[in-house]
Amino acid sequence: MAKVTLKGVKKNYGPVKAIHGVDMEIKDGEFIVIVGPSGCGKSTLLRMIAGLEAITDGTIQIGDRVVNNIEPAERDIAMVFQNYALYPHMSVYENMSYGLRIRGRSKADIETRVQRAAEILQLQPYLQRKPRELSGGQRQRVAMGRAIVREPSVFLFDEPLSNLDAKLRVQMRLEIKRLHQQLGVTSVYVTHDQVEAMTLADRLVVMNQGRADQIGSPQDVYNHPATTYVGGFIGSPAMNFLTCRIDTGQAKLTDDVILPLPAGWSVPAGEYSLGIRPENLRIARAGETAHLQLDVDVAEELGADTLLHGKIAGEEMVVRVPSHAGFHDHSRPGLVIDIERLHLFDRESGLRVATPG
Amino acid sequence: MEKRVVFHNRFLPYLLVAPQIAITVIFFFWPASQAVVQSVLREDAFGTSSYFVGMENFAALFEDDYYLNSFKITALFSTLVTTLGLGISLVLAVTADRLIRGATIYKTLLIWPYAVAPAVAGALWGFVFLPGPGVFAWLLAQMGVDWNFHLNGGQAMFVVVVAATWKQISYNFLFFLAGLQAIPKSLIEAAAIDGAKPFRRFWTIILPMLSPTLFFLIVVNVVYAFFETFGVIHSLTRGGPAKSTEILVYKVWYDGFEAQDLGGSAAQSVILMAIVIGLTVIQFRYIERKVHY
Repeated sequence: MAKVTLKGVKKNYGPVKAIHGVDMEIKDGEFIVIVGPSGCGKSTLLRMIAGLEAITDGTIQIGDRVVNNIEPAERDIAMVFQNYALYPHMSVYENMSYGLRIRGRSKADIETRVQRAAEILQLQPYLQRKPRELSGGQRQRVAMGRAIVREPSVFLFDEPLSNLDAKLRVQMRLEIKRLHQQLGVTSVYVTHDQVEAMTLADRLVVMNQGRADQIGSPQDVYNHPATTYVGGFIGSPAMNFLTCRIDTGQAKLTDDVILPLPAGWSVPAGEYSLGIRPENLRIARAGETAHLQLDVDVAEELGADTLLHGKIAGEEMVVRVPSHAGFHDHSRPGLVIDIERLHLFDRESGLRVATPG
Repeated sequence: MEKRVVFHNRFLPYLLVAPQIAITVIFFFWPASQAVVQSVLREDAFGTSSYFVGMENFAALFEDDYYLNSFKITALFSTLVTTLGLGISLVLAVTADRLIRGATIYKTLLIWPYAVAPAVAGALWGFVFLPGPGVFAWLLAQMGVDWNFHLNGGQAMFVVVVAATWKQISYNFLFFLAGLQAIPKSLIEAAAIDGAKPFRRFWTIILPMLSPTLFFLIVVNVVYAFFETFGVIHSLTRGGPAKSTEILVYKVWYDGFEAQDLGGSAAQSVILMAIVIGLTVIQFRYIERKVHY
């Protein structure tokens, strides 16, 4: 086990800058999830840690060793690939033992390690099968078994669940979480799925166009998004952003829609972007003054909840309300905002505005 | 779901396949049946009379030392052409697969020999090895080799093997390159992380994954060496010197059209046909099961 330290890590493909300088310290035994949309550089970052991509600038340290110029094989890492990358001509046993055989381990040692990994992953009945005779979930487990038997200091996962169907994905997510609790190996996990990111991570790294916009615990990232990008990416449905003018302790959306601010916010007057999560609005009770009225275009029924899509002050807005509230297309409910859970961002930079109270 | 075209006219499908059927019948079934008929007949040199001799033509063949020798020559020739051709093109394909810059030029140049007609390829290598002015011949003479492939059987075999291999490398190269490019990159990366060095990766991952391609190419190359090298041999050595490069196909032609032994030549054709059928069966049995792992 080891910590992993990234200092000013950059990656250029010719003139194209893929990674703009990432600093990160991954603690020993920590589960880090790098999350972002495709093309944000998350896989590149992982592949640089693995040694499959050269580092343009900066240093990567695994344990106390700078690994910039060390071969992937010597970095004491194991990687699980999106397409599993199982050797199709080898049995499950051979797949799992390949790395050990290459490193010249004794037969007995290989046998114990493979059997132990197979037991953890419930793969014992399949050891003599070829990958093509396995289901997607089983292949995924073999790929993890191949990583486990080597007992590396760091596990790297490159979108390991995206080839599985939804149900299996949820199940494997749980298995990965259990596995990590059991083995406690430092893990770096790349995904574009924010639910995976939130559920698995000790801390998550939200990547945006080659930059780490925010590094923090899932609660932290959800409750205090550092940028509008992070606010919009984490949470489903995405956070609503409304342009507003703040003056004398009030946020003015339009002439008619004026919201109070949380007690103690002291921000200079000016134009801001106000972030409101769909789950932080509710239907006004009878006799209660609504903060605003939503013109619902479409009501999406999810079963437990209903998503109301509509417009406020000319801007798109989504609200999550309980299904039994009974709203439908073209209704016009009055809404109350959980004022304490408002997020304030700079209009220009999209950065979170400190709201000292 | 099976996609089937529905024809409303009952005769249209037959009409559409008719040209292909006609070509097969006229250029394959008819000559093949003629060969079978001819192989049990003996004909006089002027083609005026022929009579039935049963299996005599075949019996005569297997008592003919030249024919048995031709078998050995064909075996040696096809083994050399296949192994050399596959080995060299595999090395070239692996190299091309690694290239990042200039890969297109490299590939294009490597494909050119395939477009050269066999007789032209023969003539080309004939010049290169021509005793006296030929480039290689001159180099060999400089090194003190007594070079004349028109007189030395071993040297003649060397020249026809070089020419035949050279022509086939392009074809092999294309298949190997396609095979290499079909191997997912992540597999190689996984092996690298598992600690396998490039050489080990090649033997334990890449080559096993290329095995279907390799097997297919072995059959194709053997067939090529057996049947399609006539032009090369005819333009380079004419089967000589002293029959040292006379492969089976060349002997069929020579015995039939030069030596005028049509019955014997036809019997040889029938044996060759059996060999082709055998190779085809092997190909269908093993290659059509595309996944070998």
